[in-house]
Amino acid sequence: MFKKILVANRGEIARRIITVARGMGMQTVAVYSDADAELPFVKEADEAVRLGPAPAKDSYLNVAALLDAAKKTKAEAIHPGYGFISENAEFAKTMADSGIVFVGPPPEAMLRMKDKSEARRLVAAAGVPIVPGTKDTVADVATALSEAERIGYPVLCKAAGGGGGIGMAVANTPAELEKVFRACVDRARAAFSRDTVYLERYFPAPRHLEVQILGDLKGHTLHILDRECSIQRRHQKVVEEAGSPLFLDGQNTSVREQLYEAGLKAAKAFGYANAGTVEFLYSDGQVYFIEMNARLQVEHPVTELTTGVDLIGWQFRIAAGEALTLKQEDITRKGHALEFRIYAEDPVKFFPSPGPLKVFQAPTGTGVRLDAGYAEGNTVTPNYDPMIAKLIISGDSRAQAIARAKDALASFKIEGIKHNVPLHLRILESEAFVAGRIDTKFLEHHAKP
Amino acid sequence: MADVTAHITGTVWKIECKVGQTVNAGDTLVILESMKMEMPVEATDGGVVKEIRCKETQAVSEGDVLVVLG
Repeated sequence: MFKKILVANRGEIARRIITVARGMGMQTVAVYSDADAELPFVKEADEAVRLGPAPAKDSYLNVAALLDAAKKTKAEAIHPGYGFISENAEFAKTMADSGIVFVGPPPEAMLRMKDKSEARRLVAAAGVPIVPGTKDTVADVATALSEAERIGYPVLCKAAGGGGGIGMAVANTPAELEKVFRACVDRARAAFSRDTVYLERYFPAPRHLEVQILGDLKGHTLHILDRECSIQRRHQKVVEEAGSPLFLDGQNTSVREQLYEAGLKAAKAFGYANAGTVEFLYSDGQVYFIEMNARLQVEHPVTELTTGVDLIGWQFRIAAGEALTLKQEDITRKGHALEFRIYAEDPVKFFPSPGPLKVFQAPTGTGVRLDAGYAEGNTVTPNYDPMIAKLIISGDSRAQAIARAKDALASFKIEGIKHNVPLHLRILESEAFVAGRIDTKFLEHHAKP
Repeated sequence: MADVTAHITGTVWKIECKVGQTVNAGDTLVILESMKMEMPVEATDGGVVKEIRCKETQAVSEGDVLVVLG
């Protein structure tokens, strides 16, 4: 195992990775921007290195500064967390060339996943069901219009190379598609330096299901069951759970088996190793591949808490060349877990709300875990994404987890910023949520104040 | 005179109007950026841009006056 590792991330995930690494006997190095110098993850690491000014491009995305920090501290490996440089194959390769292990998938596998139209083609060839759409990227408006007739409206226009909902738009009619297509090409060029987009069928209210994958460098690949992440705003997840309510009490077992098989097939098609997630849409009894994320997911704790598999620990072991000792038949779920993303934002309009955390009192109790990036007295700055913490609740059953979540959220005290705890409480009050009837349009149809 | 204020705390990403320009209610005057989101600031009423009180890349707080309409 590595003696010393560097965590190329911030906030709650940096803190979590530092905790796991320390528990495995490794020394830890944090890196930080000027905006984050006072945050807990900087203080909790054995060493901390300043990367640069607040903007991400000058700090957490600054490859030269990250490489310097790793060399200076003699870190043997870099864990990228999620976001920032985690899915950057170039970065992974730069590290490897400098003799530093990147705790993630092989760069070649990352490249295969990065271009979403390439990814779709690859998994479709391996027999994984995909959302009906264009085989290739769409060159011009005329092609987009004729392809949309074949696929059927509404269609979703997406930037190849995009993520996190950036550069996506829905068109219900040919007139809308003309407008949306041009806007999407502009966005793709601005955000990802490439102007290629593709089209696919838009499902008005699907569920978002995903399969956790764990693979070693010796070709042994497992799935670590499912998660459901249907509750979203602006295409970003708000509440996640394991397992999906769709499969509770032995329901829909054939869909579940189809989902796991598709997840494994997709991971193998990419030549995947380390921890990753295959995302699917579910609509009318069918699952459709959307993409594979070449990294640890934000919502990985709900899998860890219900399966007992230490995903971050395995990421390190796999990166160090160890073989998986887990077997597929040993992977079973015990109980249920829910994760609530705590965002610094208005709980109704979802507008960002940076500011000082004058009060930040975490709830406690049986089955209550808080992964927080901040402590009372810290300031949430406008520089990075609005997630300040994750409240993770586990219970013997979904009903018990929901009851515990209500108590925990009701006692969570945050003052100084607007936050979405009131939204989570509204979600938990919703009859549809309690019954497990959720989809990606949930927040538009339920949980209004 | 109507003050158009920042509805979020963040930085000014783009200024989409010029002094002397006539704008309608709903027109985007400034785009703010905060927490990886771009948020347009729109004119609540029509009018002429009298003054622009912010610069691109400047940090602003919720409630700060960005543009004065007359």
